Amino acid sequence: MSLAYYPGCTLKTKARNLEEPAVASMEALGFKLDEIPRWNCCGAVYSLADDDLIHQVAPVRNLIRVKKQGKTELVTLCAFCLNSLKRANLLMRQDVEKRNTLNDFIDEGIDYSGEVKVVHLLEVLRDEVGWEALSQKVKLPLRGLKAAPYYGCTLLRPREIAIDDVENPTILGDFLKAVGASPVDFPESTRCCGSYQVVSSPGDIAEYARPILNSALSHGAEALVLTCPLCDYNLGRGQKELAKKQGGFREMPLLYFTQLLALALGLSPRVCHFDLNHGSPESLLKERNLLPQGESVQLIGGQQ
Amino acid sequence: MSAKQTKKKSATRAVKPRTKKPAATAVKEEKKIAAKLIPIYIMGKRYEVPEGLTIMKAMEYAGYILIRGCGCRGGTCGACGTVYRKPGDYKLQVALACQKTVEPDMYIAQIPFFPANRATYEFAGLTAAPEEVFKLYPELFRCVACNSCTKACPQGIEVMDAVSALKQGNIAGAAQLSFDCIQCGLCTSRCFGELAQYHMFQLARRTYGARIVPRAEHLAEMVKAVNEGRYDRFLDELKQAKEDELKKVYQEREVEPMAAGEDWKPKDTRYL
Repeated sequence: MSLAYYPGCTLKTKARNLEEPAVASMEALGFKLDEIPRWNCCGAVYSLADDDLIHQVAPVRNLIRVKKQGKTELVTLCAFCLNSLKRANLLMRQDVEKRNTLNDFIDEGIDYSGEVKVVHLLEVLRDEVGWEALSQKVKLPLRGLKAAPYYGCTLLRPREIAIDDVENPTILGDFLKAVGASPVDFPESTRCCGSYQVVSSPGDIAEYARPILNSALSHGAEALVLTCPLCDYNLGRGQKELAKKQGGFREMPLLYFTQLLALALGLSPRVCHFDLNHGSPESLLKERNLLPQGESVQLIGGQQ
Repeated sequence: MSAKQTKKKSATRAVKPRTKKPAATAVKEEKKIAAKLIPIYIMGKRYEVPEGLTIMKAMEYAGYILIRGCGCRGGTCGACGTVYRKPGDYKLQVALACQKTVEPDMYIAQIPFFPANRATYEFAGLTAAPEEVFKLYPELFRCVACNSCTKACPQGIEVMDAVSALKQGNIAGAAQLSFDCIQCGLCTSRCFGELAQYHMFQLARRTYGARIVPRAEHLAEMVKAVNEGRYDRFLDELKQAKEDELKKVYQEREVEPMAAGEDWKPKDTRYL
């Protein structure tokens, strides 16, 4: 089954370790993530200013081009892209005046009113593959891996675009169970990583990361599972800062959920690009026998 | 460079006499011109020019002496970017003045130059990493996908798609999409994010050519063979040949057929 797929710019550069294991895993599950032929930036951050329509143009143009191809659903993988695209889509559905202005300006030859359904890959796994069916496809159960599902903000907020219960999300935990890992619930799993605030105040990066990492560690997690390249950047850089500041602070591996999916489906660790990860997952994965024997994997921790 | 300048000067000379012609000659010449006169507006002023002229020739007909905004006159140098509108249509149109023929009631302005900063870099030290482009042109990320650049391209390049390719770290994609760019700068003149697209694309094409496309190994081998003197003997033979002999060799030479395949070889392989 072919799914129209929107990767996002970061997944083609810094976060290839999020995309490539996803594409390979979905193929193993019988789905083709079919990258849409012409796409531009998702807009990166959804603009909250009511009259700032120019920053809705990028996400809406992507959606129009998906509609032009006759597709009705668009799969995203980056949590930020999901957020921008889904919110812009909502605007096109709900606000007639702005919709008309945007359609007129975007000038793609067809009008758009939010017909495309924007979904996240986790929703595809939950709703189209199903946790039970997924667990049956697992070849290398991630037994014993205590992984804390970290949602961040953009999969769940605002409520209108959430892919799961806003207050008590389980989708990432359910995913971890399906691939045989032991999810570690922790109270800060939906706390903000600092997002783009760290651009204007880079000194705060460690302070945003501290409560999240401390909470996950104190609940027994040995790795944090992510869906978003910006969370990865902020928490990865943040824990490096914390290790410098605070003697004895233990850095933990940050892993994308797609990397765990690929490992569990028995795919080569090569598709996971662990060399792009923060907090070197090599020793942990070896310890849990999650790296197939005889596979040479280049693992360099957290250099960006 | 010098050929271009000469061309420009000759264009200038061609225009001058026309503007100074006595009335009688002008009338006489007018009879000779079969073409209908049509009205156009150059920078807001109305002129009647023969239909069928390019915008550039029409401007010269109207008395303009072009010392900028005029280069190759063949649609490849990018010096004569032009914008125009027609009554009743809000759409801004673009063209190269040397290529587009005039249409009635066009309102024309040439944009021979548009300020755009080109980053300074030592190319030898650059890799093919997308971050090199990001560092040299950080304004790349100001693109809001308004697509005005694409609409402004007289070459029909999908400019915004090429900008997107750069943002996605796809230098090969940007180089291929922008291959027909003649650096006229019209995209840059219309950019909401104040990008200098054509300079970025030039960097992408340089990187693509020098760092991404595989090297032509056979060329290096051939240059080495030439330098090592493999062909010196044959050249010496030719140099010493008498005129008649030389003519004979030339006339009897074997020419590669037009539709020769890649594995074509001459009958005489002594020189390969």
